[in-house]
Amino acid sequence: MSYQFDFSFLADRWPDFVAGAWLTIQLTVVSIALGLAVGTVCALVRVYGRALPRRLVGFYVELIRNTPLLIQIFIVYFGLSSLGLKLSAEVSAVIALVVNMGAYTTEIMRAGIQSIQRTQLEAADCLGLTRLQTILHIVLLPAMERVYPALSSQFVLLMLASSITSTISTEELTATANLVQSDTYRSFEVYIVVALVYLGLSALYRFAFWLIGLLLFARKRKLGTAL
Amino acid sequence: MIKLNVNHILYLVQAAEWTVLLSLIAFAGGSVVGLMLALLRVSKIGLMRALASGYIQIVQGTPLLIVLFLSYFGLGILGYKLDPLVAAGLSFTIYAGAFLGEIWRGCIEAVPRTQWEASDCLGLNRFQQYVYVILPQAVRLAIPPTVGFMVQIVKNTSLASVIGFVELARAGQIVNNSTFEPFAIFTVVAIIYFALCYPLSVAARALERKAHVGR
Repeated sequence: MSYQFDFSFLADRWPDFVAGAWLTIQLTVVSIALGLAVGTVCALVRVYGRALPRRLVGFYVELIRNTPLLIQIFIVYFGLSSLGLKLSAEVSAVIALVVNMGAYTTEIMRAGIQSIQRTQLEAADCLGLTRLQTILHIVLLPAMERVYPALSSQFVLLMLASSITSTISTEELTATANLVQSDTYRSFEVYIVVALVYLGLSALYRFAFWLIGLLLFARKRKLGTAL
Repeated sequence: MIKLNVNHILYLVQAAEWTVLLSLIAFAGGSVVGLMLALLRVSKIGLMRALASGYIQIVQGTPLLIVLFLSYFGLGILGYKLDPLVAAGLSFTIYAGAFLGEIWRGCIEAVPRTQWEASDCLGLNRFQQYVYVILPQAVRLAIPPTVGFMVQIVKNTSLASVIGFVELARAGQIVNNSTFEPFAIFTVVAIIYFALCYPLSVAARALERKAHVGR
């Protein structure tokens, strides 16, 4: 094999990669936060809601989980703009990622909420907690604590999936790679570099979620076990 | 401008056959790699375990899109003709192998320790232990999550469109380029994906319930 590897493009293009990675981080942090909010509300509806809203949430979850993210992104970006709603690539990307993330988070949070026993709710009632207090302290936080490992892997998967938004010209990390490789013709090397950056980002996200978990679930930190 | 018509829908359905074919290739290739990885992950030799877990960490920490680009351009460097089917098949084998390996490792480890000990007492060697005692039990545990993962494979084959493989998603883009009705077209594409994936999702859930009833 006579192929010569050449990583010299890094010398003057590295700021592009940094900018791309930064946009990836921004897109995914926003999508994770909003997706978690959507998923949590939907999970509450799915467990405690009335029949109709519960079925609607079920329909939403099934619809999203059984179609590819790529097509969801196309529908938001190309589909909505053809119907007259023009959105920038970044906004479309965030909407698609939030809708997608929300469906997966709903299922994960539902499992957590269903693991909270009825007696806990009754005890909260006896202590005179309001409905909001009960949901926040008795249901959501312990539920999240139990499903936190699944949630954080889902967040890392979302970060990796955000690469798909490059197909609608969101200038995140993968789109940057596509641009640099078409300028330098060093395709293989460019994608090796970007793969390494993504590996670094995955490690960074895992570390960050571990740290957040440590801060958020004080009881687990003190007792060494989840509830 | 051409209106969206029945021929377009038929074209999409035909393209869905390629989606199915690619999914099957991915599943077949991924199964071979995945079984190897799962066995390596529970190996007695530390180096084997480390190699398998390194592979899984790397593949699960890299977007599938980048794996696709790397196989596509990497095969090109090695001097092979750039057939998108080969590059896509390779990428999905790499990707599905890592995830199936991790799922199946969990299933092998879920077989109770006493089964290992009992088969040891019966004088079975390691190969016999796997073939006659451990794997048959692990397979039963593995079926529901494996069917669930097949949904992920079918959906992710849509990414093969970026390296020019004409499957359902790419076909949708091609039709869109001639009719300019993206909302209608991609909705149809989404419905076809849903029709492929939903039965698998339902089956995975049903199998899961059945597996829990038995214990």
